[in-house]
Amino acid sequence: MKKMLGKRALSSFVSLMVLIVLVFFLSRLTGDPAALYLPVDASEAMRENFREIHGLNDPVLVQFGRYLSDLAQLDFGDSLRKARPAIDVVLESFVWTLQLALITMALVTVAAIIVGSIAAFNVGRPFDRFASVLSLIGASAPDFWIAIVGIVLFSVNFGWLPTSGTGTVWHWILPICVLFIRPFGLILQIVRGSMINALGSPYVKTARAKGVKNRPVIFVHTLRNAMLPVITVIGDQAAALLNGAVVVETIFGFPGVGKLMIDSILQRDFNVILAAIMVTAIAIFIMNILIDIAYALLDPRIRA
Amino acid sequence: MADHLLEVRDLSVRFHTVNGMVNAVNGISWHLDRGETLAILGESGSGKSVSASAIMNLIDMPPGEITSGEILFDGMDLLKASEEDRRRLNGKRISMIFQDPLGHLNPVYPVGWQIAETAMAHGRSKTEAYERALQLMERVGIPNAKDSMGKYPHEFSGGQRQRLMIAMALVLKPDILIADEPTTALDVTVQAEVLSLLEELQEETGMGLLLITHDLGVVAESADRAVVMEGGRIVESGTPRELYHNAQHPYTRKLLAAAPGKGEMRDGTQREAPILEVRGLKKNYGQFHALKDANFDLYAGETLAVVGESGSGKSTIARLMLRLEEASGGTVAWKGEDILTKSPKEMGKLRRQLQMVFQDPTQSLNPHMSVYDIISEAWVIHPDILPKAKWRGRVEELLEQVGLQPEHALRYPHQFSGGQRQRIAIARALALEPDLIICDEAVSALDVSIQAQVIALLGELRDRLGIAFIFIAHDLPVVRDFADRVLVMKRGEIVEQGAVRQIFEDPKQGYTQRLLAAGLDSDPDVQAERRRARLALAGA
Repeated sequence: MKKMLGKRALSSFVSLMVLIVLVFFLSRLTGDPAALYLPVDASEAMRENFREIHGLNDPVLVQFGRYLSDLAQLDFGDSLRKARPAIDVVLESFVWTLQLALITMALVTVAAIIVGSIAAFNVGRPFDRFASVLSLIGASAPDFWIAIVGIVLFSVNFGWLPTSGTGTVWHWILPICVLFIRPFGLILQIVRGSMINALGSPYVKTARAKGVKNRPVIFVHTLRNAMLPVITVIGDQAAALLNGAVVVETIFGFPGVGKLMIDSILQRDFNVILAAIMVTAIAIFIMNILIDIAYALLDPRIRA
Repeated sequence: MADHLLEVRDLSVRFHTVNGMVNAVNGISWHLDRGETLAILGESGSGKSVSASAIMNLIDMPPGEITSGEILFDGMDLLKASEEDRRRLNGKRISMIFQDPLGHLNPVYPVGWQIAETAMAHGRSKTEAYERALQLMERVGIPNAKDSMGKYPHEFSGGQRQRLMIAMALVLKPDILIADEPTTALDVTVQAEVLSLLEELQEETGMGLLLITHDLGVVAESADRAVVMEGGRIVESGTPRELYHNAQHPYTRKLLAAAPGKGEMRDGTQREAPILEVRGLKKNYGQFHALKDANFDLYAGETLAVVGESGSGKSTIARLMLRLEEASGGTVAWKGEDILTKSPKEMGKLRRQLQMVFQDPTQSLNPHMSVYDIISEAWVIHPDILPKAKWRGRVEELLEQVGLQPEHALRYPHQFSGGQRQRIAIARALALEPDLIICDEAVSALDVSIQAQVIALLGELRDRLGIAFIFIAHDLPVVRDFADRVLVMKRGEIVEQGAVRQIFEDPKQGYTQRLLAAGLDSDPDVQAERRRARLALAGA
């Protein structure tokens, strides 16, 4: 386990470094921040001064070297837009995204396991057909469209829910519902398939031949085995949400890391872009580790 | 009412499938008494397992449907009993073990718990259940039983897993044990051990044993009585000796005739220079030596059998020779040139002469390609063999050569039976006009009667086309009828090699002797003798 963790950390570190290099140079291609942050009629001297202060006058490679050496001391630089440490800005938004992702995935997991299992027990019957159609629609519906329809229906027409922002519980309902749909559809399918497989498996036959009661056959013998493939997909989907549900956060004006990234790119706030990418990458790394641990706990064959 | 312990009367079961209604068993009747072993003998699709599933309430309904009959256990008709009553019998009074113990043990729970669960499911306390589990694990011969209780199924060998299944089935001393192909997936020596264990346990507990098998040898070794099933019906029944010496029904006779190991042994081919010389061939996986220093020759038109138990390295030899894997050392000289040092391009040309037929034709034939495409693909890769205009005619010719019809060319693999698929695989290998065909357990997955046909086909091709064969098998009787020479392998080493007659009639090595003694013969009298030999060897 420790060896695996070490290997994982190393490979994650390498891909993170590649990512930093790519994002650093690509973001410089978006243009000169001085053109954006200073008034249109600012003089060339003022622009020059702005660039000097923010170190944008040095050759790009020098800037990159400086960035790396600061990074080694855990200094992510300051946000141009907010004039505060970039990492603080990112962590504030990340907490919002983390909450949104955790709540959504918890709901998705519970709902998908229940509905998927019931569908598996009733293969071919109306409930199963209904669940399959539901999951297909869920997995293929574009979330920006659902988000807009949701706002039109529940906020504009009925006036039940706020259109955007945060503040009350009501603000969370639409974003969570919209984010819920796709992973629910996907995971439901996996749970259903995996449950059908496990129910037809030889070890379930053995359990019945041993005279084990129905309930333990399902909850002890079937469910744990059926969860193995599901866990991996839950991990993937959670990673997608942590990465910032860019579209959904933007539509609902939700102050998460996805919206922050979009804003920072538009504003050429380079330090924030890089910090946001690193924070989400590390979060996804940690989550993958948690998934691996969960997998190993469920399946002794992985532990060895 | 006759008072048998278990009696199946006039049982009919059918299944609703996509192809309509299929009658799995049709009005079958049999009975089993205490202390007795009844074998149900049949090939795949004969319905031999259906009555056992009906007894254990393991038939899913739908798609299954029991249309008539009764199953009387201790005077009670199981088919009229409630689900709960039947659950109470399962595992307590009637137990069952299966062919594939790895699949039938739950992979995520410790085996000790799984064995104890049988007792706990029937109301025993946890302490008592674990105590019994430990006793039984010791009884069935699991080493370090106490520590092993916490281990998981994948940490045991195949034979140990079947022992664990047996322990799990016998925790509550059932009156009846149903064993569905209990030794089919095991090596011969392990098979003999497991059968003896079942017999000992039967003597200790006086249980009735129902043995479902396709193997006449298992019947000869273990059964008191046997019923023969074909196409969902019982065609004949009797003691193993009666069945062997005095079979009435044509199907029983066909089965007996198909049982390998009864034909004439071959006395080898006349030898010139060997076409294949293997010297010092080895393969290591880290510290593990899968193959140690193999040396052997093969002559043109000769059939060399490689026998050994699982993990003995017999398939490794084939994979190394064909460069499907790289050897760790040694040379493989094919017509004087070392195969192992060829460049990929030269190897591509050589592959034409060396073909392989695998164990499982369902997996080795691409399901999305028609038979025509499968066979002619060889000519796409080696365009100099045959001009395209002649492909269709040659495919039809090859199909006829392996006993299929020319019109089969347009069908897909799933439309064929297992035996037919293996014929397609052989036709595919023949398309390249090879000098050597390596058969890796090519007939092991087939029913006895199909196996006999495929072997006959291979023999015919050998005689007509002069192809040399390397025939990898764990099944000794098949080898006895088919090979010229035999290599016996054990743990990566060739322990003995020689002419087939010498190996079978005068084996020099203890391991070869044990391997031969562990094999089961379909003649109950021969088998009784062999059993004595086996016990003598075990005692020595």
